[in-house]
Amino acid sequence: MKHIKTLTTRNLKESMKKGGCGECQTSCQSACKTSCTVGNQSCEKAK
Amino acid sequence: MRYERKNIFVIHQYKNNGYNIVMDVNSGSIHVVDDIVYDVIPLAEQLVKEGIRDLDTVTAAVEACQKLSFSHEEVREAVSEVLQLAKDGALFTEDIYEPYIDSFKNRQTVVKALCLHIAHDCNLACQYCFAEEGEYHGRRALMSFEVGKKALDFLVANSGNRVNLEVDFFGGEPLMNWQVVKDLVAYGRSLEEPHNKKFRFTLTTNGVLLNDEILEFANKEMSNVVLSIDGRKEVHDRMRPFRGGQGSYDLIVPKFQKVAESRDQMNYYVRGTFTRNNMDFAEDVKHLADLGFKQISVEPVVADPKEPYALQEEDIPKLLEEYDKLAVELLKRHKEGKGVNFFHFMIDLRGGPCVAKRLSGCGSGTEYLAVTPWGDFYPCHQFVGNEKFLLGNVDDGILRTDIVDEFKCCNVYAKEKCRKCFAKFYCSGGCAANSYNCHGNINDAYDLGCELQKKRVECAIMIKAALADEEE
Repeated sequence: MKHIKTLTTRNLKESMKKGGCGECQTSCQSACKTSCTVGNQSCEKAK
Repeated sequence: MRYERKNIFVIHQYKNNGYNIVMDVNSGSIHVVDDIVYDVIPLAEQLVKEGIRDLDTVTAAVEACQKLSFSHEEVREAVSEVLQLAKDGALFTEDIYEPYIDSFKNRQTVVKALCLHIAHDCNLACQYCFAEEGEYHGRRALMSFEVGKKALDFLVANSGNRVNLEVDFFGGEPLMNWQVVKDLVAYGRSLEEPHNKKFRFTLTTNGVLLNDEILEFANKEMSNVVLSIDGRKEVHDRMRPFRGGQGSYDLIVPKFQKVAESRDQMNYYVRGTFTRNNMDFAEDVKHLADLGFKQISVEPVVADPKEPYALQEEDIPKLLEEYDKLAVELLKRHKEGKGVNFFHFMIDLRGGPCVAKRLSGCGSGTEYLAVTPWGDFYPCHQFVGNEKFLLGNVDDGILRTDIVDEFKCCNVYAKEKCRKCFAKFYCSGGCAANSYNCHGNINDAYDLGCELQKKRVECAIMIKAALADEEE
């Protein structure tokens, strides 16, 4: 496309089909402890 | 009908550091667009909502409703690309997740993470400590090995088929009860093979008692180490003094530098808190980077609004500006080969969490529990000491399933403020404790925190756009 550049992102709709294994990190265990930060985490299966 | 609200697109457009960014929240798609498309999208959105997707009709309508400073050919081309994205399911997508929320509420949850309050005691007297110098509105206490052992047994027994289990040694200051930490790590390891589990331990420390023996053990056993430091010496020492009033900066900095290097600059964070005293917190991040730290987290204070250091609504513009400034600075450093990782600008666009995770949020009260030194369970470390949220204990297990159910139902659709927010799948509805502290219930949102969170998401995506530019 000439006017639009799309960043590569995970398709959320698709992730409904295979997601939810629960093996990913609990968000507060990383560094925050005072704010919920989920989008910055990685899917355990995508690693 | 509960789900009759059709066509709820959530499109968010913003300009940051020279980039025009368009987020299609429901699909998770992110587009970097030129000025024509940026102007065309909100106009086309109205038409697409009405079901009009014909190129000539949309182009004519777009040109008719606003005088654009672009030629007809340019507008037509831009509209064509916009409609193509819509056709590809990357723009103007509908929210298809809400109807699943009922089944989601009934999901079977397992416990997969514990925050062990190894010591309700501390050797510092940090002014903003939500643990109130380690005591959490209660008494000074150290967790015994027996209590910790029962907590790990509880975790294994309640983790279903989850393999990866997380345990954070937290406080107060956990190094004040170091032998128990070591014994619990050994005990946890002994449970791994027989139960097909893998423990990931984290140590959070103020660094005062750090020594070579502790470092060696931490590097062998801790998946992550969180090192508390606020930034510049004057900022740090003002908020993180010893009980006698003297600053702790000079003591801890060399120790933390050693930790960072000995872990090859990975799997650790220096973690600071900014307050109203240092709203120029980008300077603190820069300072930490200049000290050689590569993994940095500096976060807004959580405090009673009456405290003089608490952030106020009127501070928001200044704080947002500071995040913008920080994002530009970090990009500059990246280009110079001196890049650092700032926790709140991290965003995993390609391999980020699935929708189930984004809906379930941080997992407090369900997947994640805090354990006090005497073995009581709370939904998370921030609720410790509030008896209304006492869930049970290591001997009897969870007694208040009603509270657990309340946390289980806490999701972005349960929060009116989150429904139409563009950041809902990035923050997952925010921190339940912050919501409770601000509004008295967990299904609201901490408004000041939301404004900062939204800006952080915008900055994080702008950085991704800039890095994508670089790759080309």
